[in-house]
Amino acid sequence: MARYVFLMYDAEDFYDTADEQDVVDEMRLHEQFMEAVRAAGASVVGGEALQPSSTASTVRGDALVTDGPFADTKEALGGFYVIDAPDLDVALRLAKLCPAGNVEVRPVLELPEA
Amino acid sequence: MTGLEQVFRDAWAAVVASTARLTRDLDLAEDCAQEAVERALRTWPQGMPDNPAGWLTTTAHRVALDRLRREATLRRKLPLLVEPPGDRDEPVDALRLVFTCCHPALVRESQVALTLRLLCGMDVTAIAAVLLTGEAGVARRITRAKQKIAAARIPFRVPPDDELAARLDAVLTVVHLVHTAGHVGSRADLQDTDLTGRATGLARMLVRLLPDEPEPQALLGLILLTEARGPARTDAEGDLVLLAHQDRSRWDRALIRQGLARTTAALRHPRRGRFALQAAVAGLHAVAPTWADTDWAQIVTTYDALMRTWPSPVVALNRAAARSRLPGADLAAVLREIDDLALDGYPYLPAARADLLARLGRAEEAAAAYAEALALTTNPVERRYLALRVVSRGHP
Repeated sequence: MARYVFLMYDAEDFYDTADEQDVVDEMRLHEQFMEAVRAAGASVVGGEALQPSSTASTVRGDALVTDGPFADTKEALGGFYVIDAPDLDVALRLAKLCPAGNVEVRPVLELPEA
Repeated sequence: MTGLEQVFRDAWAAVVASTARLTRDLDLAEDCAQEAVERALRTWPQGMPDNPAGWLTTTAHRVALDRLRREATLRRKLPLLVEPPGDRDEPVDALRLVFTCCHPALVRESQVALTLRLLCGMDVTAIAAVLLTGEAGVARRITRAKQKIAAARIPFRVPPDDELAARLDAVLTVVHLVHTAGHVGSRADLQDTDLTGRATGLARMLVRLLPDEPEPQALLGLILLTEARGPARTDAEGDLVLLAHQDRSRWDRALIRQGLARTTAALRHPRRGRFALQAAVAGLHAVAPTWADTDWAQIVTTYDALMRTWPSPVVALNRAAARSRLPGADLAAVLREIDDLALDGYPYLPAARADLLARLGRAEEAAAAYAEALALTTNPVERRYLALRVVSRGHP
């Protein structure tokens, strides 16, 4: 098994217009996703939803603090999962089921145990 | 090419693939396959083994086991993900390697580079010529792709049935790209026969490994039908001869027969795909006694079907060119259709426009379109043809 981080990128206008029911529906989609992960013989070992990118602060290389995310793009990083999966094919199949517009799948750099 | 080179070439993919299953490391598998070839070159002159491919595999395995024992403590690299470890299973190993090289998580150029390196055993210089890029760039690309295969755990596995068709399409696309890169080569001649030969070999291997799939048959049919025209594509001076003017008696009838048989089988299959339709067009040209007697209506119908299966601007361009050959065709309408296509930088678009403009008697515009095609073309034989058309303002 190997760990993959699923970075979820979406347009953020959802949060400007979403009502309570939209949020409940969204939560249900994530529950269904986690169910699919377990059914595939993989597991969710971590993850968080993030506040909108307008709340981000970035410390640049020269220690300059700026208001906003590192890369100001139309679709912003909105949350992530850490998934333990047998291989990339399984991870990619799960990423297709992940409730997000775009999912970047990155393998975790596993350091050898001391 | 000598007989020995052909033996090495035919066996290479299976030797690398089978050794990769053992070593779980693509670099090491390649090194061991290379070592086996070098040992063969030293020892075979004293007597050929009964089964040369088997000899190469066994030798590569032996080299691998030696190296693995010696370097066990030094190895920190991530292993290639092989499952199941299984017994000796060479044909499936080669197929595993095919699907690993053409994995959708790798960008197309990397798929092509890995395929040419690992399945065909081509060196970086030759691959750089195919990808029209520098050797250092190709070497970096191959190294990064191998690192990704290990780090992201791209499995060394044949995809399950429900994914096979989509994954196979990527594989066939890569093989078709290799053939196209050889059909109009990057060197002095019109055709790079080494490369077209590699593509034919890959297509034959896929047919052998996936005998129940129609699309590998179709791709092989398409390649054979295209190869059949090879001798007629240039004249005695080495100048380009378009299909319309080719001496059809110089077409290779044996290749046409084989290509038609593959194509017909693929067309009859319930899961007929885009390569079957492309091969069908090539087949319709192959059976036409002359350019004038070509069944253009059937070709247009086939392109219509292809546009439904696989809509792409290149198909639309070819369909438009075929439509312009129908009796009473409205050439100006065809020209408008072509002008709407999004094919920036594709030299055959201005070439097709130029042909239509010349037929419409708009000589100055035809010359300008030929000049546009010339600026986008690198093959010297095609350049010579286009340069002449610029000067003659479209007249043959």
